[in-house]
Amino acid sequence: MAAALTVDCRKTFRGRFTAAAKLDLPLEPPQVLILFGPSGSGKTTLLRCLAGLEWPEEGRIQFGSTTWVDAASNIRLSPQARRIGYMPQEYALFPTHTVAGNIEYGLSDLPIEARRARIRELIALLQLQGLEQAKPAQLSGGQQQRVALARAIARRPQLLLLDEPLSALDAPTRSRLRGELRSLLTQLHIPSIVVTHDWAEALTLGDIIAVMQGGTILQTGSPQEVFSRPANAEVAQIVGIETVVQGHVVANDNGLATLSVNGTRLKSLGTDLKGSDVYVCIRAEDVLLEQTGGGVTSARNHLSGSVTEILPQGVLVTVTVDCGFPLRAVITRGAREELGLKIGSAVVAAIKAGAVHLVPRSVA
Amino acid sequence: MNWIAIAVTFKLALLTAAVLLIVGLPIAYWLTFSKWRWKFIVESVVALPLVLPPTVLGFYILVAIGPHSPVGRFYSDVIGHPLPFTFEGLLIASILYSLPFAVQPFAAAFEQVDRRLIEASWTLGVSKVKTFFRLIVPLSTAGLITGAVLSFAHTLGEFGVVLMVGGNIEGETRTVSIDIYDEVQALNYAGAAKTALLLLAVSYGVLLLVYAMNRKVWAVWPQR
Repeated sequence: MAAALTVDCRKTFRGRFTAAAKLDLPLEPPQVLILFGPSGSGKTTLLRCLAGLEWPEEGRIQFGSTTWVDAASNIRLSPQARRIGYMPQEYALFPTHTVAGNIEYGLSDLPIEARRARIRELIALLQLQGLEQAKPAQLSGGQQQRVALARAIARRPQLLLLDEPLSALDAPTRSRLRGELRSLLTQLHIPSIVVTHDWAEALTLGDIIAVMQGGTILQTGSPQEVFSRPANAEVAQIVGIETVVQGHVVANDNGLATLSVNGTRLKSLGTDLKGSDVYVCIRAEDVLLEQTGGGVTSARNHLSGSVTEILPQGVLVTVTVDCGFPLRAVITRGAREELGLKIGSAVVAAIKAGAVHLVPRSVA
Repeated sequence: MNWIAIAVTFKLALLTAAVLLIVGLPIAYWLTFSKWRWKFIVESVVALPLVLPPTVLGFYILVAIGPHSPVGRFYSDVIGHPLPFTFEGLLIASILYSLPFAVQPFAAAFEQVDRRLIEASWTLGVSKVKTFFRLIVPLSTAGLITGAVLSFAHTLGEFGVVLMVGGNIEGETRTVSIDIYDEVQALNYAGAAKTALLLLAVSYGVLLLVYAMNRKVWAVWPQR
């Protein structure tokens, strides 16, 4: 069932900060919408408005055929009545309840047998076997995250809201769980909205990304679109990764991975992602532009191409080079003059293997 | 020792604590979670018995439940006798007098409950009332016991309010503290000493319980 989410609301915090978000999205399960932005950009506020924990003083929120909020006609659907799964930051597991008790908490209107069956199902789905009677304080961060997710989905919500689902974890666990969470969200078949400020998380989890800043949504689009073609300088600065292209890991040896991006070969540091689809992410400041026929350098990637776009921004210039895929480089004005760059100039882009970041992407 | 006075006192203290455990919870909940801007007015009213002289409080309660007030008249019409100088009147006075001793620890305990847990409960479809009993109360047990025990102990030792509202009727409103006063008036120091010691021991025991319970760390000897 497709459910459209329409949001157009304003919320002011003591006159200091105004969040004024506008969204109109068909959310086909298992689609994942990412609210992406730096801290303080209003993404958590928007998520809390969707959960019914904050009340916008103006506007409406409609999900499917139900109006959740309509300030004009004083409609305020309580969080209890929205049938959502909400996972707050740091998970907020109930310390007095066991793992099974936490999962069971929202199921009290089910008969006991159905309740037990649902708990067993979720314990198995989230691989929490053996931890049923443990208290949240005895669990690792990753286990807590899985319990919180199990609790949120126990009532089969129609919309899943996750606030920074991985930020409470240490970096290695976070990168391990990113892919796991993506496949779980796909499997669950529930439309989801995920708040994050981590671009790797946004790329791994998202089907649609809404970039937020100062309480408003600046751009909405597919991850690749938002990262590679930011609508304006503000979005570009927030996402911070100028080149995001889909690629494929073809080989993996001597600690170096070989990637194929639209026919172009690229080297990155080794991964265990052989044979998988990935997002190849390159920051513009990590790309060096050289004249063709340059000498040997330490960079592992030398991509020949031609300049397709030159965008001066203050003392810097963003140059887009077509080398089988659009690659962005940021150089100084002086460098541009020395290289004599014009649209159509032939140029070599050098990128160190370590500057080519891979984000695993299981295409649903 | 005046066992009748002791029995009256314990009955009064137990009933006061029990009623406050029921009446104090919604008041404390409201004081903790209400966003009403004039909330401080109610907070100050609840705290008044802490600072008012018991005689002043007792005087107003006496007037409020007396036969000339609507409440007092209604009560005597329904029950058949007036409220002042009865055990029930004394109970009402004790409840008001000990209100802050119950409500403040309750509210402090509720305040400690992480708001995110409460919100998580709401989004799981659990109503505010059920969230209160299933989540907030279990997380606040120490505060609830503290409030009940303090109001019990505070009622054990009340004197001024009892004298104003309850009078000094044997088996009905004569409490231990009044009995001690009477013994001293009658120069029976030995009798007064025994009863006083009992009250001291019970009060101290009760406070030991409260402080022990609210202790986070149990060190047998200083750590390191």
